[in-house]
Amino acid sequence: MTESASSKENWLRSLWRAVNIPTAAVLLAALIGAVILLISGANPLDAYSALLKGSFGSLDALSRTLEKATPLVFSGLAVAFAFKAGLFNIGAQGQLLLGAITAAVVGFGIHGLPPYIHIPLALTAGAIAGGLFSAIPGALKAYTGAHEVITTIMLNYVAINLTDYLADGPWKDTSPGNIVARTPEIAAAARIPVVAGIPLGFIISLGIAFIAWWLLWRTTLGFEIRTVGLNPHAARYSGMKVARTIILTMVISGLLAGIGGAVETQGVVYRYQPGFNVGLGFDGITIALLGRTHPFGVIPAALLVGAMKAGSSTMQFDAGVAKEITDVVQALILFFVAADMIVRWILRIRAEEGEKITLSTGWGQQ
Amino acid sequence: MSETLALEVRNITKRFPGVLANDGVNFTLRKGEIHSLLGENGAGKSTLMNIIYGLYSPDEGEFFIDGQRIEIKNPHDAITRGIGMVHQHFMLVPVFTVAENIILGSEVTRGFTLDMTRAREEIRALSHEYGLEVDPDAVVEDLPVGIQQRVEIVKALYRRANILVLDEPTAVLTPQEAEDLFRIMRHLTERGVSIIFISHKLKEVLEISDRITVMRRGKVVGTTTPAETDESGLAAMMVGREVVLQVEKGPAHPGEPVFAVRDLHVLDERKLEAVRGISFEVRAGEILGIAGVQGNGQTELAEAITGLRRVESGAITVDGAPVPDRDPRFLFERGMGHIPEDRQKHGLVLPYPVADNLALVAYYKPPFANGIQRNDAAIMENAVRLIDEYDIRTPGPLVPAGNLSGGNQQKVIVARELSRQPRFLLANQPTRGLDVGSIEYIHKQMVAARDNGAAVLLISAELDEVMSLADRIAVIFHGKIVAVVEPGQVTKEQLGLMMAGTPAEEVL
Repeated sequence: MTESASSKENWLRSLWRAVNIPTAAVLLAALIGAVILLISGANPLDAYSALLKGSFGSLDALSRTLEKATPLVFSGLAVAFAFKAGLFNIGAQGQLLLGAITAAVVGFGIHGLPPYIHIPLALTAGAIAGGLFSAIPGALKAYTGAHEVITTIMLNYVAINLTDYLADGPWKDTSPGNIVARTPEIAAAARIPVVAGIPLGFIISLGIAFIAWWLLWRTTLGFEIRTVGLNPHAARYSGMKVARTIILTMVISGLLAGIGGAVETQGVVYRYQPGFNVGLGFDGITIALLGRTHPFGVIPAALLVGAMKAGSSTMQFDAGVAKEITDVVQALILFFVAADMIVRWILRIRAEEGEKITLSTGWGQQ
Repeated sequence: MSETLALEVRNITKRFPGVLANDGVNFTLRKGEIHSLLGENGAGKSTLMNIIYGLYSPDEGEFFIDGQRIEIKNPHDAITRGIGMVHQHFMLVPVFTVAENIILGSEVTRGFTLDMTRAREEIRALSHEYGLEVDPDAVVEDLPVGIQQRVEIVKALYRRANILVLDEPTAVLTPQEAEDLFRIMRHLTERGVSIIFISHKLKEVLEISDRITVMRRGKVVGTTTPAETDESGLAAMMVGREVVLQVEKGPAHPGEPVFAVRDLHVLDERKLEAVRGISFEVRAGEILGIAGVQGNGQTELAEAITGLRRVESGAITVDGAPVPDRDPRFLFERGMGHIPEDRQKHGLVLPYPVADNLALVAYYKPPFANGIQRNDAAIMENAVRLIDEYDIRTPGPLVPAGNLSGGNQQKVIVARELSRQPRFLLANQPTRGLDVGSIEYIHKQMVAARDNGAAVLLISAELDEVMSLADRIAVIFHGKIVAVVEPGQVTKEQLGLMMAGTPAEEVL
């Protein structure tokens, strides 16, 4: 065997190791979803083929899938990135909301800028809002040891109520006839276009995924982040600033979630309206885990969940199945990815050292 | 000692992917004997013991207990057959009491409730019978390591074990605690318990064993008795070649003081003063040994002077200039090398490849980084060179450090720290738990660093290590340095007395 052949084989093997559990989890979830469909009197084949048609069946469908996947890539990246430092950022939802409303403010509040300035400006503003917001749980974790799972969950409520208030108060759309809580529409120059059926936001998300990967595996900062995640004691021993790294990681994670919200505002909703970004941040948890907390794994995972969101209406129309079945399947995927021992047991895949993903550390552990 | 066999294993073979961990191993344990199992890390001792305890199932081989052929498929089988094991890392629930830990898994019940009164009585009776004093109501996490180990032994006896496997029991003990353990072991054998004793420490093995079996590369090399062999004989059997047990070193040529601490006070986790006013200086080209029973402030001292723990008061200086509090990088930048006490906690990131671990301290500057970008080529090049230079046995630079044996993990740290050519080296328990081959190697490297002009501070609980390596010995007791002596001026016994708290003027 030549060396290149063997390295190719190694590469294939590690690729298989990376995708076997997620693939199996998705298939198992679909299978159980089918059983639920059967019980509720629907034909699973009809339902799934309608789902497929609605998500990949036409150029329009494909475009919708990409559109739905775009904010999910960001929220998935946000959760996955924090994971590398051993942090479980449940607050992607709140950070995403703040990113969405901040991008809206920059979008409707400023006029007369050319798109090539206005678009990145609003995106950056959204990113910064998300980043600053998640600096709070980062600092609390770094300096007081407050567990980020608790603080980010609580801060999600702060974000929800704060954005609700802003959209119904100072930043409310005051155009005649509007009675709902929402901001005005953003300027045309701040809108992210769809080119040849491909939402540009999706292309941006691919670029950001690459940058996240590069940061984690090609820079000294990434080495610090991963070291803090794997062994904070060794990080301290080797002179790394653990507290600073934790805060910085949370900030970057919040930046990623914030861009996700901004992209949704600038590419889909064109304003901030409470209720429009619901669940995008929480889906990031499913996507990060399904993508094995790797920036490149996040992309197919986001596409899958995006496809389910995109195809669910077609499924409802064509097969008469309630949309919510996709939520059930998505929940089952999360269940099987998180409980990967079940999948391993079913597939007889042996767990290998260092491959297991620890969802969260307890209080006593470090 | 009778000739009846308590346990016999025949022809045990166990393969792991790529490794033949046990290769046709035969081993017998007589009733009431202490049979030591000796071998380097990775020689197959732990595999054999895990097979006997039912944690692994062998690919081939047979078990006999009291002459009867039996099957051991899981630890439950082993326990029912009277085999008990005390692991190197204790399997105790820290927040439970001694009694709760001991009955865990074989609870005495009265209806649906635990009968703690009866359990406590049984435990008291057991500890009395075997001379293992433990307080059934003490909470385990409050107990010193030596007592925790005793709890493990009582736990095994409580389950009616008459064959005890002690996996490197002394690795975590102070010399005094080890002596206590040996007394207990003799007591146990007098009462008919048979003991398999696993250790790296040749002296101990010679002191305590009835018979000694040496393993190397998965095979039994031979079985001998303390009367028939000595340390160098055993070492040669283990390593397969002659081993220099005495460290070869010339006289020191001390130069300028490089590193000094003055009136240092440091608190421990519980905010109690662990270091209570320590002063010393280490000169270029000398090894200052700090000898002491563990728990006398060495850990806190080492952490304070390497920037890992806050200094309460006092001064730390490098080349006469003060060192800022808690800044390991400041110290590394000024030439510190640090071999930490706990290699797996502080010294290594186990899931990282060996190559990344070799760059763990200097990762942020050239040649390992260009600006913020890592230079993977340089990290690999460094790894390949150090693996060769420091004889690190690893399948390759990209293998996770956690896959290496303890000795080779320590070599990764030693290679990383010494290859940076430190001007000041702190080595804290540098050879704990290692086999003779690795110890010999690491000692040589430390002497070489000294001869290259490094100021070396050695903290060790091993008297032999301090005696043979250090040029000056500072004895630490209860957070203070109670004496500074030269190794030639004192005997081991005198040192031991001072370490135990006898005032220096009474000893010297």
